[in-house]
Amino acid sequence: MPVTAIGETQVHVDAEGFLTDYDEWDEQLGGELAAQIGIEMTPAHWRVVRFLRTGYVEQGETATLRRVSMQAGIPVKDLFTLFPKKPAKKMAYVAGLPKPRGCV
Amino acid sequence: MAEMRRLLVLGGGTAGTMVANKLRLRLGRRQWQITVVDQDDVHVYQPGFLFIPFGTYRPDEVVKPRRRFLRRGVDLVLGEIDRVEPADNAVLLGDGRRLAYDYLVIATGTTPRPDQTPGMLGPQWRRSIFDFYTLEGATALAEALRRFDGGRFVVHIVDTPIKCPVAPLELAFLAEAYFRGRGMRDRVELVYTTPLPGAFTKPICSAELGWMLDQRKIALEADFMVERIDDESKTLVSYDEREIPFDLLVTVPLNMGADFVARSGLGDELNYVPVDKHTFLAKGHDNIFAIGDASNIPTSKAGSVAHFSVEVFADNLLEHIAAAARPPDPAAGPHVHGRQAPARRREGVGHACHRHR
Repeated sequence: MPVTAIGETQVHVDAEGFLTDYDEWDEQLGGELAAQIGIEMTPAHWRVVRFLRTGYVEQGETATLRRVSMQAGIPVKDLFTLFPKKPAKKMAYVAGLPKPRGCV
Repeated sequence: MAEMRRLLVLGGGTAGTMVANKLRLRLGRRQWQITVVDQDDVHVYQPGFLFIPFGTYRPDEVVKPRRRFLRRGVDLVLGEIDRVEPADNAVLLGDGRRLAYDYLVIATGTTPRPDQTPGMLGPQWRRSIFDFYTLEGATALAEALRRFDGGRFVVHIVDTPIKCPVAPLELAFLAEAYFRGRGMRDRVELVYTTPLPGAFTKPICSAELGWMLDQRKIALEADFMVERIDDESKTLVSYDEREIPFDLLVTVPLNMGADFVARSGLGDELNYVPVDKHTFLAKGHDNIFAIGDASNIPTSKAGSVAHFSVEVFADNLLEHIAAAARPPDPAAGPHVHGRQAPARRREGVGHACHRHR
């Protein structure tokens, strides 16, 4: 796994730049990851990211947009506003998690 | 004589039928009653749906009675499933019948749900908006294609996972060939739209096989998550406000597991049963399994996958039953039931479900 520097921190990432080690992430790093893709974090962003982080521990996978919308009560439309264009991918990136599995 | 034990299988489709038949050979008839529950006695050969729109198959060629596939000694009960009551080890049917079980296998699959996308079930449903994963949809689409004399033909997927993920792409290719065969290809604009980043389910396939779309002049609109269908302007509208107009839309509606799964508290947000992916045991339960499309295992939803799963599941279930009957042996450590389900890579297997008979 390649190692890359995000701000001051050295982290392990996959070929697409997604963090591969759950425990290397903290909220400061999350903010820096967001900045890398042009997102300024607000409380609404953090609500999504924290939901993803907790969900990952419980479910062993990154929540899909549908799961976030149904279980956290955040409409899909809002996710597209918060993380424009490719919300599923961007949310996972900021949260330091693998992309949610789309199709298998 | 010991009391009869009961294995109850919900769903008489590909997975449920194979589970019942395989276990009938291995669970003694004097000790075990095996019952399959389904809402009807109509088994449809779903891979055939792909060929109905183009007149290759007739609808009556893909329908047979379920009973015909079930081994002797397997009972078939027809009725709507209202709910599972795990605390009582019983299944309640809509008409009030109550079926008790020792072991329950949920194999009720996944179903297209056009009701989940606003505007899909409006006045254009089966006029200019069609599904093809149902016998009625595929049959109606055949008629619409015969009447179609040109315009924008859009193939669309609402969200994943879907049954047989490669089928929409196959439909697009078959439609392209069909229009060419009718000498009208120049009058049809073909668009393929998907919520995934590419037409194929794996990035490597999209990269290596993208030419198949280019060569056929099929335009690709990727990362398209539909929010609603505007049925007046006949337009797909995405969450990020892109619009795809259509004259004829073939959509794959959101796929969901059965509603009784949700009513029974056994499902995730799409009514799939979360299971241990190695044993198919439903999480939080010791005598409920889910197999085939009904479970949440990270594989394609397809009959071929169910087939591979059942091969392993039969051994697993027998081992699980035997382990439950053994007195606990503290020296043995935690029980590991049976062999692992094959964590098969999924590429290519989807094709197996469309092989011509």
